[in-house]
Amino acid sequence: MSSTPTILEDVTGSEASLRRFLHGLPGVDQVGAEARAAGLATRSIKTSAKEFALDLAIRMVDLTTLEGQDTPGKVRALSAKAIRPDPADPTCPSTAAVCVYPDMVAVAKETLGTSGVHVAAVATAFPSGRAALDIKLADVRDAVEAGADEIDMVIDRGAFLAGRYQHVFDEIVAVRDACRRQDGEDAHLKVIFETGELQTYDNVRRASWLAMMAGAHFIKTSTGKVQPAATLPVTLVMLQAVRDYRAMTGQMVGVKPAGGIRTAKDAIKYLVMVNEVAGDDWLDPDWFRFGASTLLNDLLMQRTKMKTGRYSGPDYFTLD
Amino acid sequence: MPFEYAPALESRAIVDIKPSYGLFVDGQFVEGHGTPFKTISPATEEVLAEVAEADEADIDAAVKVARRAYDRVWSRMPGRERAKYLYRIARIIQERSRELAVLESLDNGKPIKESRDVDVPTVAAHFFYYAGWADKLEYAGRGDDPQPLGVAAQVIPWNFPLLMLAWKVAPALACGNTVVLKPAETTPLTALLFAEICQQADLPPGVVNIVTGAGATGQALVGHPGVDKVAFTGSTEVGKAIARSVAGTHKRVTLELGGKAANIVFDDAPIDQAVEGIVDGIFFNQGHVCCAGSRLLVQESIVDDLLERLKSRMSTLRMGDPLDKNTDIGAINSGEQLKRIRELSEVGDAEGAERWEVACDLPTKGFWFPPTLFTGVSQAHRIAREEIFGPVLSVLTFRTPAEALEKANNTPYGLSAGVWTDKGSLILKMASSLRAGVVWANTFNKFDPTSPFGGYKESGYGREGGRHGLEAYLK
Repeated sequence: MSSTPTILEDVTGSEASLRRFLHGLPGVDQVGAEARAAGLATRSIKTSAKEFALDLAIRMVDLTTLEGQDTPGKVRALSAKAIRPDPADPTCPSTAAVCVYPDMVAVAKETLGTSGVHVAAVATAFPSGRAALDIKLADVRDAVEAGADEIDMVIDRGAFLAGRYQHVFDEIVAVRDACRRQDGEDAHLKVIFETGELQTYDNVRRASWLAMMAGAHFIKTSTGKVQPAATLPVTLVMLQAVRDYRAMTGQMVGVKPAGGIRTAKDAIKYLVMVNEVAGDDWLDPDWFRFGASTLLNDLLMQRTKMKTGRYSGPDYFTLD
Repeated sequence: MPFEYAPALESRAIVDIKPSYGLFVDGQFVEGHGTPFKTISPATEEVLAEVAEADEADIDAAVKVARRAYDRVWSRMPGRERAKYLYRIARIIQERSRELAVLESLDNGKPIKESRDVDVPTVAAHFFYYAGWADKLEYAGRGDDPQPLGVAAQVIPWNFPLLMLAWKVAPALACGNTVVLKPAETTPLTALLFAEICQQADLPPGVVNIVTGAGATGQALVGHPGVDKVAFTGSTEVGKAIARSVAGTHKRVTLELGGKAANIVFDDAPIDQAVEGIVDGIFFNQGHVCCAGSRLLVQESIVDDLLERLKSRMSTLRMGDPLDKNTDIGAINSGEQLKRIRELSEVGDAEGAERWEVACDLPTKGFWFPPTLFTGVSQAHRIAREEIFGPVLSVLTFRTPAEALEKANNTPYGLSAGVWTDKGSLILKMASSLRAGVVWANTFNKFDPTSPFGGYKESGYGREGGRHGLEAYLK
């Protein structure tokens, strides 16, 4: 069942109309988009603004481990860290979620309990997405049944680049259906484009609209397994897409840059961009996330520096 | 959740402003014999310094000194030696870039973001570029052994004080000329700091002379019989007066005057980047830009969507203290200019155009004008024809490329134009038919020392920048 808004139902009716619509979106000028992103990155965020941004960024982190070597022990440690990122400071907020492979969902869920920190699972044959639809859907259902609050799916980049937009659309719709829990609630669906493989900003804009029309709650840049992962200009184009989508349909969609964001300074550049491009409605963990692993500790170090006036060494911040 | 940016002020402490400045003649600061005047910060009306006024006798002395330096030193010096001085000046400008940027923002009112990221780096780039030409002038396209002209009288405006100085001084010196330069009366301070840089670079005395003052000083300078070359950037009105005053003399003249550039947006334009380009085109430097994209020509089929996006983007512009690193729009340079912007905007109201401006509180002190656009403007309106030289955009529409071209060229000016479309062939077609010195495609207000700049019709004659810029200073 599609959750496409009525105003766009004609668009998603056929392969031909979908293609016409996506190719009719205004183009993105690469030089101009990159210049705009670089311009926003020169904002100087100091004192009270920096404190605000650091806490907000911590609350937006999807603390991530997506390794073959992940174990229950590792996931439990990560989950504990997500709940209390800075054991020395109870005023430090929790992260938004932990992000793990489906087989680790139950472990994460157990540790996180009622903390309010969500469990996100990467499903659909992550990271390549190269599997049959049935297998992808089974992957999703498995994660949802284990208690995942959020599903991070990957699109079929091969189909997208071959121009088979209807195929990509239908897959997203099917995954969204598979996100339905037995209690009738939906696990939230994040749709990963792997923008490093889509390569052009025009493709990023088209993928954004395609995913939003198919019912994505969030659109996400990357798996973290392909370089380049998240960049400021790619995120700019996606923020413009969610802004325009709301203007047209009234519906808000979240944005999640993931991969490659390692420093507090970088995270603040993204928040400035959210603020000035999409608007402050998106400055909330419900509408903007960072997919990251090492970012959190730099945010914590900067936060401690703001409070004490001194930098502490990495030994004073916990490993996850 | 609102994200308020805390003030992020660039420190003033880096620049040492003296209480008073003399004229810079023969390598040293000397007293002027006119009536000293004050230069203020347009953001606060605070007096920054008192500056000497050069009278006719001072001008005469400066021109004679420049002549002597030309005859005895600079014109005889091999190009490769002149280049060393220019490279040295360029490097000192880079080393002292923060100081120059802060001073420029204080005296002019432009945001530090702009003086730091655009003006000063471009100034250094200009000196580096022309330093490279100094020993290669036989490749300038002016014959095997091109010769300098002599003493250049240079009068520059207040919108890009240091950058316009660089545009004038760098090619003149590279070609072997000496200069007497008059900065604008509202923005003399960076030119005077540049004089200190000339001292620091051990530039031979008399090669660069800086005389301060207002219109009368400028008249005395360009009218002096001892100058061989007049270079002026400023208003068309003054440019015409200068052209008249030098008619019938041996003086060579280049004029870079006003503009009323068309920024043309077709329906297939990359829309978000076009919005950025429109904002950059008219609100950069508070619209105090001769090549500003002050006439927006939008294809009628997208005008509503474009205006909605433009207004929403304009609402995120941050106006205020020029020294705050997050300021996008600074102060209007002077009370006089503010008056002109207000007057022409009122004419727009009276002619029936619809005014829309960003809602923001203006500081009570200083000279401020909010980013403004007028819709429902026709070619017959004065705000579509006259240069406002402020943050005021006139929006017109067109239906076909031919109509866009006709409207764009229907102006007494011809300095610059912009074209926004995803269609390469349309860009080429428009660029070859627009009567404008610079045509930007899918961008606006981009400058580079290698690229010539100059106008058609009442926007002036001669080119500055690039190899073409050498022609203005060579026989």
